[in-house]
Amino acid sequence: MSNRLINWFKFASPQSFYPLAGKMIPWFWALAAIFLIVGLYISFFVAPTDATQGEGYRVIFVHVPAAWMSMFLYCVMAGWAGIGLALNTRLSGMMAQAIAPTGALMAFLSLWTGAFWGKPMWGAWWVWDARLTSALILFFLYIGFIALQAAIDDARRADKAGAILALVGVVNVPIIYFSVKWWNTLHQGASVSIMKSPTMATTMLWGMLIMALAFWMYSIAVILTRVRAIILEREAHTEWVKALPEVRGESR
Amino acid sequence: MKAVIAIIRRDLLLAMRRKSEVLTALFFFIIVTSLFPLGIGPEPALLKKIAPGILWVAALLATMLGLSRLFAPDHADGTLEQMALSPTPLGLLIAGKITAHWLTTGLPLVLLAPVLGIQFDLDTEALGILVLALLLGTPLLSLIGAIGAALTLGVRGGGVLLSLLVLPLYVPTLIFGAGAVEMVVSGLSAAGHLSLLAALLAVAVFFAPWATTAALRIALE
Amino acid sequence: MNWGSAAEFFAMGGYGLYVWGSFGACALLMILEPILVRRRHKNILRILRRERLADTFDNQP
Repeated sequence: MSNRLINWFKFASPQSFYPLAGKMIPWFWALAAIFLIVGLYISFFVAPTDATQGEGYRVIFVHVPAAWMSMFLYCVMAGWAGIGLALNTRLSGMMAQAIAPTGALMAFLSLWTGAFWGKPMWGAWWVWDARLTSALILFFLYIGFIALQAAIDDARRADKAGAILALVGVVNVPIIYFSVKWWNTLHQGASVSIMKSPTMATTMLWGMLIMALAFWMYSIAVILTRVRAIILEREAHTEWVKALPEVRGESR
Repeated sequence: MKAVIAIIRRDLLLAMRRKSEVLTALFFFIIVTSLFPLGIGPEPALLKKIAPGILWVAALLATMLGLSRLFAPDHADGTLEQMALSPTPLGLLIAGKITAHWLTTGLPLVLLAPVLGIQFDLDTEALGILVLALLLGTPLLSLIGAIGAALTLGVRGGGVLLSLLVLPLYVPTLIFGAGAVEMVVSGLSAAGHLSLLAALLAVAVFFAPWATTAALRIALE
Repeated sequence: MNWGSAAEFFAMGGYGLYVWGSFGACALLMILEPILVRRRHKNILRILRRERLADTFDNQP
């Protein structure tokens, strides 16, 4: 038991995670490419035209994965933040910091594609729909997290302050979602759901799932690359970084 | 418990000495709510419809004004470090400070809101619910705001950052608070909204001082 | 197969702007982000290499 624990902590140190991440990145890129090709093929050539929404519904093949990833990444970020606070490991804070920009990007993409889906369906670029509104607030939460970390110079303090903010945020996200939904139903806002469409064919669902996998693999690959950069930036003056082959210029 | 009361009394006394801060927030509240009719037009039916939202948003912003000063003076003169070292748990002392903040910014807003509600032609029942909703909601604003204030303590550009962190978290309070008044205005029961607001308050009373304390300890390191 | 010709494919049944607007934005940002992140990694590596070079000069007698 104790042996396993030690092994686990070994990979949790930036020093051993750095080369490990470097080895994993190409694999995740390959997976992302495979899923992306299959997903795009399904979304344009296999999935049939929707009876009510015509071809316009094809936006969901990027909209839904982006929305899922933005929520999922926030939870993962809060998870790393919690681990960082509880166990005081250096890597967790770096992971949380590396996840935030990609999460914000996903939230932005879900807003953008939501607007492009909403324009033909609702006749307006933006409606105060429950999903769109909570996605907007999630985007604000990401921006707040990034801004807080950027404003604090001391990396360790930035990690911990960010961790508390992420944990407070993750408790609030369901409350916000619920409150926005409640608000929306009271005001009889537009609540057309793509997911509950009766014509939702199984091929559409498959397309969405595979595209979501592609987005997921993409996120992992980008986050690992970013965490490698963050590790080097923060540990720049340690011996192990100076001894790295890419720093000594022996390889490449 | 004695220490908590002492903290509240001390903060209240300090606020009395520096009346301008409390008054600034209050006048901000009054001016912002009075600007809306000027921007939108004097049509009574429209104003009545948007009154709950305006009053609540103005209350949110007025609470934000004083937040960055919640811990900053104590941090600057070392009082906060003394508090962290004192035998009384820091969380309790922080809860006392948050209470004092509510008493000096939240409570005046609650008392002033009915007067401003009259400007928007709200009837007595709606005014009553407005006061009740603000009574439940403004402590929530102080509690959540305290977390943000602790996180941005001594940070570059803290004031602007604070609003960026805290305002998204205020969304549920705003929705339920303004919603309660709106329900009454449209002739329905506000009980659902008020009980949700109370539930949020109960959760925040337990967790917010704890999170604030954790954030302050990080700032003090 | 849903499409008779390439033109039909790009028209997306009249929804071309919306479909390509969203797929395009995703493609653009998801190409841009890895490039920026990789540049960040390269940058810090370049700085580290330069510092190391400076160290070796400092240490020469």
